[in-house]
Amino acid sequence: MNALPSPPVAAGQANVGSRPLLLLRILLPVMVLAAGIAAWELVVRLNDIKPYVLPAPSVVFQTLVSDWPVLSRSLLTTLLTTLEGFLAAAFGGIALALLFNQSKWLEYSLFPYAVILQVTPVIAIAPLLLIYLPQQVAVVACAWIVAFFPVLSNTTLGLNSVDRNLAGLFQLYGASRMQTLRYLKLPAALPYILGGVRIAGGLSLIGAVVAEIAAGSAGAGSGLAYRIAESGYRLNIPRMFAALLLLSAAGIVIYAALALTSHLVLRRWHESALGKDN
Amino acid sequence: MAEPAALSDAGAPGAGLAVSLRGVTKVYDNGVAALGPLDLDVRKGEFVSLLGPSGCGKSTALRLIAGLSAPTAGSVGVSRPAGAQGAGHSIGFVFQEPTLMPWASVRENVRLPLKLSDAPAAQAAVRVSAALTQVGLADFADAYPRELSGGMKMRVSLARALVTDPDILLMDEPFAALDEITRFRLNNDLLALWRSLRKTIIFVTHSVFESVYLSQRVIVMSARPGRIGAEFHIDAPEPRAEEFRTSAAYAGYCRQVSGALAPSYQGQSA
Repeated sequence: MNALPSPPVAAGQANVGSRPLLLLRILLPVMVLAAGIAAWELVVRLNDIKPYVLPAPSVVFQTLVSDWPVLSRSLLTTLLTTLEGFLAAAFGGIALALLFNQSKWLEYSLFPYAVILQVTPVIAIAPLLLIYLPQQVAVVACAWIVAFFPVLSNTTLGLNSVDRNLAGLFQLYGASRMQTLRYLKLPAALPYILGGVRIAGGLSLIGAVVAEIAAGSAGAGSGLAYRIAESGYRLNIPRMFAALLLLSAAGIVIYAALALTSHLVLRRWHESALGKDN
Repeated sequence: MAEPAALSDAGAPGAGLAVSLRGVTKVYDNGVAALGPLDLDVRKGEFVSLLGPSGCGKSTALRLIAGLSAPTAGSVGVSRPAGAQGAGHSIGFVFQEPTLMPWASVRENVRLPLKLSDAPAAQAAVRVSAALTQVGLADFADAYPRELSGGMKMRVSLARALVTDPDILLMDEPFAALDEITRFRLNNDLLALWRSLRKTIIFVTHSVFESVYLSQRVIVMSARPGRIGAEFHIDAPEPRAEEFRTSAAYAGYCRQVSGALAPSYQGQSA
């Protein structure tokens, strides 16, 4: 239909103009990464910088391998917290939005508090939560607090973005509230919900990390953020970097998984998942 | 969203009538008088066009008949078949836009009215394929709306309106957004459908040529608030086809109708 050449699309979108372009888009960032690591290694070696000041990438990698038993356990802890916070945020956010959509009273009464919870920095709430809640619950609660709002507000936006004529059609055929919700509002809101969930994934990791740092207690169940803080006290800088590396890898994987899910769910019909020339 | 207007208190229209409006007015919440008072009778099986400039309340009239909004005053009577239950099942509505659910296949879109009335699946499947065949889209049942052209989307919309086998088909400028060639073809197809199904069709348009070509009766409306300005019976022989479109009789009707339309747009900055 569209005869114009497709302009380069933003990252995360499905269709990339042509094969060479796709290759370039993968190759370029990889080359930048390789060059950055090489420069880092070179600077450290040439200046003979001590590992407790700035460890070379090779040392970080060695630490990652040698400390894997400790780090992997911490990674698992953090991922579990993130997952729990994320699930609570996703389901809680969608459920709350559905409730708000059904009852304006509820929305007017509660929405301001959702906003307040969102705009208050979670790092400031975390210590209080840690006083009143068991540590594991408090950590998950922090992840939930940061992550649920995008789901809530996106889902609300989606539920309110239903095509007016389609709504009229449902009315004409005498659709019940449940039918309208199930066959019209939820599908129409799906792209928005998935957008909110995608943001929530990254935010729940941030929430988990913030809470872990605030908790700062020792023990077998300590997550990656705690490892970073602990290694800082011990001047174990390579391990700090290794833990940081794992955290950012976890973030990338979470984002990619959610983006892929979103793409797979929407690929048959939504503009965001379609190529420009379709 | 307004609740469905109660039609039962309006009283059933007289025998042989499909739709009967009596002194119907519509004033919107912002105080704009959109319609009326309007008196209109449409016989069963009749093809009537409401013709008028934008904002003359013709779409409002259609929405009132459909029960999508309630009249401020007056009564809206719509005949319903014996044993019909629920609101609006004897009415099919085709909007100006195709108004399809983009996330659902053509089949699912057409099936929607049946799904909403909890029709048995097997029976629904048969009726969906029948409706798709009627509009010539039997081969596109599994396509998604985005894969279809504008004309095909409109056909899906028409199939969806036909799938409940309604007595009355309300069409709100359904072909306005299509190119002329597609529109001519859909006009012919619609006429063929009407000839075979003999449903009551109320067709809103702002095209003089379309209204004369399609209808037995053209009702010209004047603007703000919408009222009936003039009425024309188009007594052309059936079946109408392309010859009619180029005939002297057709041109004559068009001239008459355009003449009646003129006062309603004169003095209006276009």
